[in-house]
Amino acid sequence: MIDLDDTDRAILRALVADGGLSAGELGRRLGLSQPAAWRRVRRLEDAGVLAGQRVDVDRAALGFGVTVFLGVKLATKGRVSLEDFERAVTAIPEVQVVQHVLGLFDYRLRVVARDIADFERVLRRRIMTLPGIGNVEANVLLTEERRPGPLGVAQTVVNR
Amino acid sequence: MQLDDTDRRILRYWLAEPGLDRAALADRAGVTAATLWRRLDRMRMGGVIRAESAVIDWRALGYEVEVSLRFTLDKTNPRAFDEFIAAARDVPEVTGIETFLGRVDVRLNVIARDMGHWTGIYRDGILALPHIAEVEALMLVATIKETGGLPL
Repeated sequence: MIDLDDTDRAILRALVADGGLSAGELGRRLGLSQPAAWRRVRRLEDAGVLAGQRVDVDRAALGFGVTVFLGVKLATKGRVSLEDFERAVTAIPEVQVVQHVLGLFDYRLRVVARDIADFERVLRRRIMTLPGIGNVEANVLLTEERRPGPLGVAQTVVNR
Repeated sequence: MQLDDTDRRILRYWLAEPGLDRAALADRAGVTAATLWRRLDRMRMGGVIRAESAVIDWRALGYEVEVSLRFTLDKTNPRAFDEFIAAARDVPEVTGIETFLGRVDVRLNVIARDMGHWTGIYRDGILALPHIAEVEALMLVATIKETGGLPL
């Protein structure tokens, strides 16, 4: 695990806000030379901290007006193969996210659809036919906000 | 804004693999580099492409615990959503805030270094948030699939 200094954290904050920044632009913002900024970005990539890019699009403008999160409980009767379920669910193009979780559900799924009617089609034909599927709870996404996470300057520990 | 087949093709490949460099993306989508720049620019201007951001792998920074917290709020208070969300933004370990129509009102994605750290965040940060009626936790075991790809 690598240790971050304040400059590393500033680089991460800048790249989370704008992933398209060049090393030159990043350096200018943070008062580093272009090669120094590049070296730091390279180090963060090599350590696996910078793990890729994300593109945020207006899904509704692209015809996908509905995003639904599903909590899925696998059926308790009979033997359920997690591998079979996972293989089948990841192959559904409308399913963007599959997470294995512990708690009230076994899996969380993020599903995109054109509209509610299209979502119903995906749910009935693709989701409810998955091997081992049990109870399903649906919540329709209204808003989402990504937060930068704990990237502030090192916080002072206060003893209580 | 109007999108044609070329725009959709570019987005389909890009969303499926956001790490592709511009040359590889142009190649996949079967357009020249100049066309790609022009199309991406136009889609940015038109608001279809909102942002590009780096993805941080928190595990590489020692955050081993990730929890999905699902809340129902006390909706007798009309300010419940706004005040809850404003307070949640002040918890640094909250990496995502989502609101829903359904049994769940709000979901917070929260990371922690280990279970001890999690317990502290949960007691001092999360349970102190205003207007909570109910909360339940889903602990992440593994992310099997994660893509921003759309079946365009």
